[in-house]
Amino acid sequence: MAGLEEGAPLFVQVAERLADEIADGGLAEGERVPSTNELAAFYRINPATAAKGISMLTDDGLLEKRRGIGMFVAAGARARLLGERRKRFAERYVEPLVTEASRLGIDADELVALIRESGYVQRGTRP
Amino acid sequence: MTPAISVTGLSRRYRGQLALDDVSFDIEPGSITGLLGRNGAGKTTLLRIVAGHEFPSAGSVTVLGTSPVKDDALLHRMVFVREDQLYPENGTVGGFQVRHALRAASWFYPHWDAKLAEALTADFNLPIRRKVRRLSRGMRSALGIVIGLASRAEVTLFDEPYAGLDPVARQLFYDRLLADYAVHPRTVLLSTHLIDEAAGLLERIVVIDSGRVVLDAAADEVRGSATSVSGPAIAVAEFAAGRTVWDRRRIGSRESAVVAGVLDDTDRARARALRLHLEPLTLQQAVIHVARMPGTDARERTSA
Repeated sequence: MAGLEEGAPLFVQVAERLADEIADGGLAEGERVPSTNELAAFYRINPATAAKGISMLTDDGLLEKRRGIGMFVAAGARARLLGERRKRFAERYVEPLVTEASRLGIDADELVALIRESGYVQRGTRP
Repeated sequence: MTPAISVTGLSRRYRGQLALDDVSFDIEPGSITGLLGRNGAGKTTLLRIVAGHEFPSAGSVTVLGTSPVKDDALLHRMVFVREDQLYPENGTVGGFQVRHALRAASWFYPHWDAKLAEALTADFNLPIRRKVRRLSRGMRSALGIVIGLASRAEVTLFDEPYAGLDPVARQLFYDRLLADYAVHPRTVLLSTHLIDEAAGLLERIVVIDSGRVVLDAAADEVRGSATSVSGPAIAVAEFAAGRTVWDRRRIGSRESAVVAGVLDDTDRARARALRLHLEPLTLQQAVIHVARMPGTDARERTSA
């Protein structure tokens, strides 16, 4: 289980790792994704588990099968993933941030100032 | 689909002691199943009966649709690698060597892959001209693993095959097993108590305790079946109310509880609001909790 955490279902983690790669552009649209056996060998997991992860992304329409060649990143997959992540951003990141900030007595202005200080500029790149 | 291995109502009694008590399970062809349990739980007895090395006191076993004690042809389609494998000592001038053991296996198993055997022998640094009885415990295990993998038998039984092997060699075993299984799928039943090490390989697990099956489920199902919840004791109590709690520990005002059942997004949001820390159990931790519960049917608990 190299690189995977214990706990969450492994096939979900495999799917998330691939989705991450598509979102960062590491796997471009139209590019071939690693095969079930390649993923199984890399993560040291059962091939059936890797196949389940792949089929999760196929069901979501993020990957498409090309008969006899393998699985490829579907057109529009990256934009869709980024859109979904943007929607979940508040719940996944802002909410815990605000919860902890209020626990520590950091008010909204201070929080915004801290974010500015962290070197955040638009598009998330550091100066 | 006919199960590759089917065990029904199996019991084995030794001098009045029940080593296996009404064990039943099916294993689908083309899967890797972990047979888990503590030492003395009955894993070896079960595998010996499946392999046809021993008779059950009651119940039945079929492998590939036939009886392992009645069908000699089956022996060529099934390989059993034991913890302390014994090899014939005599009949060979100058003593039975590693290469003789490999050659004997190549005659016995119709799908034997000599190239794979050679590669594995090199991977494990097995001296092929060394007499088998002069091998160290680890080398003896390695030889068993080479035979178990290179035979490519339809049904492959490993009974804690890693005695004396260091972590590097064990990782080699898991890697080579996965690689060859991916290309040549077969039915693998692996008994182990090193659960975390083998966790990624296993699709299903069968846990036995005191001769009884206490859990038979998909590994991923078990992994998500319980969560460790920790934080202020009052908050933990509030969160755990109405849920099955497997384990509870307290230090000062903080508490940690293992809560059974799959948590959904609402549960997670609630835990966040209560400032609780959630941590999924590893397969090994989950199995320990399940196996520790005496007299309860764990199957019902995990499917609930």
